[in-house]
Amino acid sequence: MSNPADLRYSPSHEWAKLEGDVVTVGVTAFAIEQLTEPTFLELPAVGKAVAAGKAFGIIESVKSTSDLNSPVAGTVVERNELLLEDKAKKRAPDLSLVNDDPFGKGWMVKIKLAPGATLDHLLTAAQYDAQLASEGH
Amino acid sequence: MGNYDKPRGRFHVGAALRAFIAVLNMSNLRTPLYQWHVDHKARMVPFGGWDMPVQYAGITAEHKAVRSAAGLFDISHMARVSIGGPDALSFLEGVFTNSVATMKNDQVRYGLVCNERGGILDDILVYRWPYGYSVVVNASNRPKILAWFEQHRVGKNIEMVDQTDRTAMIAVQGPKSVELVAGLFDNDVSKLKYYYATPTLYCRQPCVVSRTGYTGEDGFEVIVSNELALSLWSEFVTRGAVPCGLGSRDTLRLEAAMPLYGHELNEDVNPIQAGLGWAVKLDKGEFIGRAALAASDPTKPVRVGLEIEGKRAAREGSPLLDADGKPAGSITSGSFCPWLDKSLAMAYVRPELASVGTPLDVDVRGSTLHATVIPLPFYKRTK
Repeated sequence: MSNPADLRYSPSHEWAKLEGDVVTVGVTAFAIEQLTEPTFLELPAVGKAVAAGKAFGIIESVKSTSDLNSPVAGTVVERNELLLEDKAKKRAPDLSLVNDDPFGKGWMVKIKLAPGATLDHLLTAAQYDAQLASEGH
Repeated sequence: MGNYDKPRGRFHVGAALRAFIAVLNMSNLRTPLYQWHVDHKARMVPFGGWDMPVQYAGITAEHKAVRSAAGLFDISHMARVSIGGPDALSFLEGVFTNSVATMKNDQVRYGLVCNERGGILDDILVYRWPYGYSVVVNASNRPKILAWFEQHRVGKNIEMVDQTDRTAMIAVQGPKSVELVAGLFDNDVSKLKYYYATPTLYCRQPCVVSRTGYTGEDGFEVIVSNELALSLWSEFVTRGAVPCGLGSRDTLRLEAAMPLYGHELNEDVNPIQAGLGWAVKLDKGEFIGRAALAASDPTKPVRVGLEIEGKRAAREGSPLLDADGKPAGSITSGSFCPWLDKSLAMAYVRPELASVGTPLDVDVRGSTLHATVIPLPFYKRTK
């Protein structure tokens, strides 16, 4: 699998894409391959403050439950509503977006960077590739 | 019948030792289909001392294929042991909780191997042939059960041969299984009754076909020589069976509420607690664990089925609380189940909490999920 070069990565398999001062966050294709198809997702509410490296959500598959860690410090400004249940419209969450397009339509949250926060601590695509290789994948 | 199940020579210690050493060394055993799995992009995981496929395309799709059409499983990791000789019947009656003497030729029977305390050492299948017996044992318990059998055969005139290394085992499961086996074997295996088996021929070589499985569906399990494993597997794939890994095998058996050793079953629970009293024949005569099982403590926790509110899974080890917030037991297996589209679990709870409809809370990593005791099995196929 190829990890896009324009993204930054956490060791726990989240990706981050900086546009202005807003970071879009999702999980990597490798994470999905390991987890197998997601069956449940819990994301932080809009307005919630998140800390780099700290859990902000949960993703589950038939095989396992994993924490989602925020790659950066900041405040959640948007969630991918398609991944969440809309009780008013009786729309079920569409987790196939995460499964089929983890780097694109399967994005999870947008986080406005906290003052002074950066993505510098995150891995580059090459470093993340190297991590996967060193873990034997 | 050819030579597959005829016991030859004394019990082969080497096989058990090799399996044990493989576990110690973490160098896993490989089935004759290993290369096929790797070539077809299966994700391989260590399981019971073997490298096994956990999934190919995806667990959900594989699960649904078995419920709606047919799936194909490499279950060569299961241990296959033939037992013959003049004392084979009395030996098996002594180590198996179910009745062997009442089995008909070609019948297959589920039961437990228990220790003296009634604790479960393994759940196994016994096949009765006109000339002897075969048993199928869980992969992870192979060294333990072979050693247990070796210990309890003393003074008995039996022959025991571990056939695992020279055979493969392939399961085809699902409503289309009957179509898929048509014409493959010398015998018409579609006529087999549930939990019956037949020695037959595949490509003029001896094999065993049984109408058994671990998915809650109709289906067959085939024991075939290593040399013919790939040919049979590929034939099933060509006929439309969907290759399935251990991941869907686990969710399928959970929906069908079949216990899994190491989860619902272990040496600290007995078959009565596990809801497997039907596979314990206290009146058949003496067997190991009989006295303990006859006096089983009715206040011990029992196995129940739970439906969890919402889609979150309650995983193994999650504690359960009763309506008063007191400890009620814990989850042994839990997953979101793709066919029933529900989060389901099996658990052991205090017997007074085991009635259908009892509300319980599950502590899932700090969040509380509501659960209700519901009848087992969760899924039952329509015949």
